[in-house]
Amino acid sequence: MASVTFDKATRLYPGGTRPAVDQLDLEVADGEFLVLVGPSGCGKSTSLRMLAGLEEVNDGNIFIGDRNVTDVPPKDRDIAMVFQNYALYPHMTVAENMGFALKIAGVGKEERAARVLEAAKLLDLEPYLARKPKALSGGQRQRVAMGRAIVRQPQVFLMDEPLSNLDAKLRVQTRTQIASLQRRLGVTTVYVTHDQTEALTMGDRIAVLKDGLLQQVGTPRDLYEKPNNVFVAGFIGSPAMNLFHADLVDDGVKFGTATVPVDRETLAQSSGKIATIGVRPEDITVSPVQGEGLAVEVDLVEELGADGYLYGHSMVEGKRTDIVARVDGRMHPSAGDKVYLTATPHHVHLFDAESGERLGNKAVVA
Amino acid sequence: MSGSLSITSAMADPALLDLPWELPLEAWPNDTIAALPKGISRHLVRFAHLGAHIVAIKETTAEMAKGEYEMLRTLQRLDIPCVDPVAVITNRTDDEGDALKPVLVTRHLRFSLPYRALFSQTLRPDTATRLVDALAVLLVRLHIVGFFWGDVSLSNTLFRRDAGAFAAYLVDAETGKLYEGGLSNGQRENDLEIARVNIAGELLDLEAGGKVADELDPVNISNGIVEAYRSLWLELTGSESFSSAERWRINERVNRLNELGFDIEELAIKTDDSGTTVRIQPKVVDAGHHQRRLLRLTGLDAGENQARRLLNDLDSYRAAYGKTELDEEMVAHEWLMRVFEPVVRAIPRELRGKLEPAEVFHQLLDHRWFLAQQVGHDIPLAEAVSSYVNSVLRHRRDEATVIGPPTGAFTSPIETIPSTDTAAFAALDPDEDDDWRANV
Repeated sequence: MASVTFDKATRLYPGGTRPAVDQLDLEVADGEFLVLVGPSGCGKSTSLRMLAGLEEVNDGNIFIGDRNVTDVPPKDRDIAMVFQNYALYPHMTVAENMGFALKIAGVGKEERAARVLEAAKLLDLEPYLARKPKALSGGQRQRVAMGRAIVRQPQVFLMDEPLSNLDAKLRVQTRTQIASLQRRLGVTTVYVTHDQTEALTMGDRIAVLKDGLLQQVGTPRDLYEKPNNVFVAGFIGSPAMNLFHADLVDDGVKFGTATVPVDRETLAQSSGKIATIGVRPEDITVSPVQGEGLAVEVDLVEELGADGYLYGHSMVEGKRTDIVARVDGRMHPSAGDKVYLTATPHHVHLFDAESGERLGNKAVVA
Repeated sequence: MSGSLSITSAMADPALLDLPWELPLEAWPNDTIAALPKGISRHLVRFAHLGAHIVAIKETTAEMAKGEYEMLRTLQRLDIPCVDPVAVITNRTDDEGDALKPVLVTRHLRFSLPYRALFSQTLRPDTATRLVDALAVLLVRLHIVGFFWGDVSLSNTLFRRDAGAFAAYLVDAETGKLYEGGLSNGQRENDLEIARVNIAGELLDLEAGGKVADELDPVNISNGIVEAYRSLWLELTGSESFSSAERWRINERVNRLNELGFDIEELAIKTDDSGTTVRIQPKVVDAGHHQRRLLRLTGLDAGENQARRLLNDLDSYRAAYGKTELDEEMVAHEWLMRVFEPVVRAIPRELRGKLEPAEVFHQLLDHRWFLAQQVGHDIPLAEAVSSYVNSVLRHRRDEATVIGPPTGAFTSPIETIPSTDTAAFAALDPDEDDDWRANV
């Protein structure tokens, strides 16, 4: 097992004007599950392919452990792309299916048997080693396929959107399985997805990319509670954080007619009198006092049982701005109602209106 | 079935509507299903009759079916040998209105066979090597156009007999991606490593099933793809330098590539400042050198090696009858009328599904040579034809569309999550060693 280090790694495609991955600095600790997440074209898959050796690194270096692998061919990097090839061979036993790649690699018989047994124990497949794949259930077959990657004992597992072709229900089940298996194996894993929910639920840490640039790295909690910029704030979390321009006053930030208190140090970091305010739907409540807070017209309330989501709009700087708030599932306003919403103090994020950077304490970047 | 079935197809074959889309693929009745040997597949793939053709139907996700359909069309435009994409069918529902998986329909190429159908009892090393060589040629061609396959294997390929060799066709483009700027060395190496491991797995599987000759070493054969690929890649793309006095080496390179079946469309030639050294590198190469020449001269569409064989016969016809001074097209027309077509016509109708005409002609030439060796003199064509038809062709199995050695093909999809419904799982597993055909 090993750590993974991107050291100012850059990928510029031939004919491209802007790097697909721009000076990426990122360290993945030994045994860590790191998720690379971002919208389409952000450079997450390219980063993974650079680590796999499938993309040339134009500038900078990539290390696996202490070894500089920047110019090492893929098969010599000691990595495994999981889920790439999971066809099973019908005439071979489960043990043979799991171990044949070791045979090709010239690993001796005893060693092969030992590694297969070890992987089978991890995957709860030990009782089935002598069986043929057709005598297994679907889930067992899938674990055999994963066993093929595990017996190689790679330093790093790479997974590129392995769940993207599953329907929503299966995705949820499978992501739990992958995450728990990774924790049992303790193998450093780099996982690419465009789905922020997948990132939040699976990763030890998450790296958010946009336009080839790393935006923030941190634990799911870091990213959720202290997004470093407007992009991360809007990307992480579902429904997304409410983000709109608001006036700064001496002791806080205006939220409609109300003022949410903010410390002076934070306010002083703003480049102007206006900042971008960010409030998560769960940090917004319906004001008991009509006229106090942000005036919102309710468009729809989505009921989810215990609670629900209020979708409405407000006029901010003369523009219609959509607002989402979490509300009580039983007692909530109805569509067409005009209500006032307030933000929970200390749960309001402020970002510079010009640069989009967080004002005040940033999350500690590990 | 609800009326919302959605078919995307460039071919618009109305017969598509007659297939039982309201049933899950595993439950399709035997009368619609064609008995064809299959490779190892992750998804459930079955073959069905569609009008006069056989189609392969794969249950997958809508996104993957559409992606693969478009990819196959793009590869066809790029002149890559691959299966014909016929249609993507989505919005399938059963009688209860429950959703069924979307499918991709591809047309099975006539006379193309999965590797498991290319031997009757056991796979011999020379056949295995020829399969691997054919796959290497396909992989080089794919890499030249910038296609990263991601799942190179014998199972994802179909093979057509090609005058003693095989021609490989891409069947499964699901994992593939086209890179406009071409592939990096890392991507090519990765595909090659995937190929090596998959081929070894497939051969080890045949070995485990007692279907390979004793002398066949799966690991050794699978390693062969690396060498075959590298030498062809180097010949097609490598640069070479020589003194400007040796300019004949340009022609030599062109001829070498022609011999391998490729034409150079664009060649970069550079001289150093002093003009003493020339460096050449093919920039654009095109497969099908002999195919194109045969097509131009005779209108016949054949495999590359078949075309080479037919052209050789045409050239010897031209020499033997002293017609070297005559226009090549005229002689070709004459050869077609007097040699090739009489042979094809001499094949009884009921035997025409055995092999492609060009392959028959190739085998006939071999047979004629063999007879001549035995008796010590030339054999007239008519005599060779009747001997070939009765002693060879009649005893072959039909390879046009239906063949059925008990290959023990494994077609159960590998599900990506545990199947909780064991009854459904049992139905998904049609593979029984004793008679898989009953379940196809």
